[in-house]
Amino acid sequence: MSIKIALAGNPNSGKTTLFNDLTGSSQHVGNWPGVTVEKKEGTLKGHKDVMIQDLPGIYSLSPYTLEEVVSRQYLVSEKPDAIIDIVDGTNIERNLYLTTQLIELGIPTVIAVNMIDVVRRNGDVINLKQLADALGCEVVETSALKGTGSKEAAEKAVALAGKPEARELPPVFNGSVEHAIAHIEESIEGKVAARYLRWYAIKLFERDEKVIEELKLSDTLMEHLEEHITACENELGDDAESIITNQRYAYIAKLVQAAVKKKHVGQKMSASDRIDRIVTNRILALPIFAFVMFCIYYISISTIGDVVTGWTNDTLFGEMILGNLSTWFESIHVAPWLSGLITDGIIGGVGAVIGFVPQMLILFFMLSILEDVGYMARVAFIMDRIFRRFGLSGKSFIPMLISSGCGVPGVMACRTIENERDRRMTIMTTTFVPCGAKMPIIALFAGALFGGSGLIATSAYFIGIGSVIISGILLKKTKAFAGEAAPFVMELPAYHVPSARNVFHSTWERGWSFIRRAGTIILASSVVLWFLQGFGIVDGVFGMVDDNNTSLLAAMGTVISPVFAPLGFGGWKATVATFTGLIAKENVVGTFGVLCGFSEVAEDGMEIWSNLAADFTPLTAYSFMLFNLLCAPCFAAIGAIKREMNNAKWTWAAIGYLCGYAYVIALLVYQFGRLFSGGSFGIGTVFAILVLAGLLYLLLRKNKYDERIHERKVAANV
Amino acid sequence: MKTLRNVGIGEIATVQKLHGAGAVKRRIMDMGVTKGVDVYVRKVAPLGDPIEITVRGYELSIRKGDAEMIEVG
Repeated sequence: MSIKIALAGNPNSGKTTLFNDLTGSSQHVGNWPGVTVEKKEGTLKGHKDVMIQDLPGIYSLSPYTLEEVVSRQYLVSEKPDAIIDIVDGTNIERNLYLTTQLIELGIPTVIAVNMIDVVRRNGDVINLKQLADALGCEVVETSALKGTGSKEAAEKAVALAGKPEARELPPVFNGSVEHAIAHIEESIEGKVAARYLRWYAIKLFERDEKVIEELKLSDTLMEHLEEHITACENELGDDAESIITNQRYAYIAKLVQAAVKKKHVGQKMSASDRIDRIVTNRILALPIFAFVMFCIYYISISTIGDVVTGWTNDTLFGEMILGNLSTWFESIHVAPWLSGLITDGIIGGVGAVIGFVPQMLILFFMLSILEDVGYMARVAFIMDRIFRRFGLSGKSFIPMLISSGCGVPGVMACRTIENERDRRMTIMTTTFVPCGAKMPIIALFAGALFGGSGLIATSAYFIGIGSVIISGILLKKTKAFAGEAAPFVMELPAYHVPSARNVFHSTWERGWSFIRRAGTIILASSVVLWFLQGFGIVDGVFGMVDDNNTSLLAAMGTVISPVFAPLGFGGWKATVATFTGLIAKENVVGTFGVLCGFSEVAEDGMEIWSNLAADFTPLTAYSFMLFNLLCAPCFAAIGAIKREMNNAKWTWAAIGYLCGYAYVIALLVYQFGRLFSGGSFGIGTVFAILVLAGLLYLLLRKNKYDERIHERKVAANV
Repeated sequence: MKTLRNVGIGEIATVQKLHGAGAVKRRIMDMGVTKGVDVYVRKVAPLGDPIEITVRGYELSIRKGDAEMIEVG
């Protein structure tokens, strides 16, 4: 018979390290059903029949956050045989709060008091026996970082698994509360599994929406329960939820006072405090922050990152693999279409996936260090004030910064944002920031039509950042992003030396998940576009074409181009260039080159400046450039979006939003630019005015969802 | 009514009552800010918001807007 053990604990309690320690390489990463919260499980080292389920890091079992809800659901419906509850020994009071909730589930529980080495170093003493007696659980001490105690905790949990529980629960609640809970227990006995009786009773007392919904008790019974709850509330002069929380903490405070002997009482500065005094100092915080960000950018994007990306794309894939393969294909006379499919289509596509990986690994390596050290929480602390105005999180800063180099790792960096709403919003907007591959497009048009003016690039950055802000304000008010903002009540964990194993593990995991989950879409789209670009009908015969002008893509461009007429660049060449830009944004330049009859052009397309100057006016050029900067990013970034959204609907929503927004902005720029430069007032102008009015409405309307929250707050205060 | 927002840096205050409702209130309580606990206001973020407090022996950051819901004495 196989045994299921759930691993529960607060964030920053060392749970991940312990999990890695217990399961080694046997991990499986997936998702909790229906949500994007990561689900990790593995088998216990040396016990093939023991499954360890890592629950998300949580502070409580309230019904308000996704992580808490999936944990509750797992604990109640999957009926694990035992729980290992990891408790940070250096922060025991708050950590035991979750413990008091876990033990009410009636599942055998082992408490692992973690970071015991730090506790000892501080000179503190935790009386494990006293804790065990009081809470009715086995208690072991562990140091996940040093790898001690974890095996013992797991063995204890295995031994306890499935044993019928007849233990006494600690007297957490006093007099009238206990009385009311006992009444509720009596009333619902037989309606819920006996093991979870107490859990359901307490949740009903708290008026937990999710449990009320689940149990569907009769109205008369609910009224009866309500009487008990209200009576208790009146007696104690507080609401039921607060009563429960208060009493839990009161009980824990007493227990900790008895079982934990602290060497230093009061405000003694720990090493972490001393670091934090400098790092989040009012004056020094911003310069230090800027320096850390500069280092990350410099290493992962400018220097090492650039070198490795260049090497994988140009040397490894370009010369070594593609070069040799083409020569070989030629020598054995492979049909040109097959050789093209393999080299340009498939290997080109694989290259597009793999090419990003080394750079991403470097970035993830550094982000993992920042997370493990505890600086990431400080980033949110420092930047929160700016970003929350646009509905983003302080942690959105890093994805935005990275996106100015490359949107692919930028999107992947969104992983560090815990809150789902903030994360989705950041994923949706971060590719507005012009990335490195968009620079050639800017250089092309700045050179061809604006005399190489630096203002064009500057304006591109301002419009990119402005778009993030506008989108934040606009999206915040939509239904999809509505609801109560995640409370920014965030723990600032103590700084600690990063664990090499954790850092490498998380770096590898993220890199691999990009290859696995984003790779397919990138590869498939590259092959499709290669086909459309390389094949066409010439003289009534379908076949491979040398000239892009006769390709299927060109034909499609002609059909689709009228869509872009209101933006000023309705020609099929511009449309085709926009499409090839999806493979990689810098392809826009190359495509114009090919369409103008050059087989190869410089990065800024100098050779075709005169052709473009003839085809475009400064206004249409600017409109085209803006559209290409703001619309859907390249396939690689789309793949990253798909990976991070982890949901088809949200992926399409993001792509749709980006394209729609780009269209609107290009339309407004072109139509109003035309009008102000002496153009006639036409149907396009009317259209633009309507669109502008709509945009302003979306931006300036009252946030009705926000208001509702405000009303509730006021009501609660009264 | 004196709230946590009005407490100066370096001062200690005792929580009297939590106002508000729903997820935010529950979250604040879950993090250990409950009636009767002492809260030490450690610092303000460089841009003026949020604040950092010490409660039950650990560091917690909370926005001033939410700190307003915490009545102290």
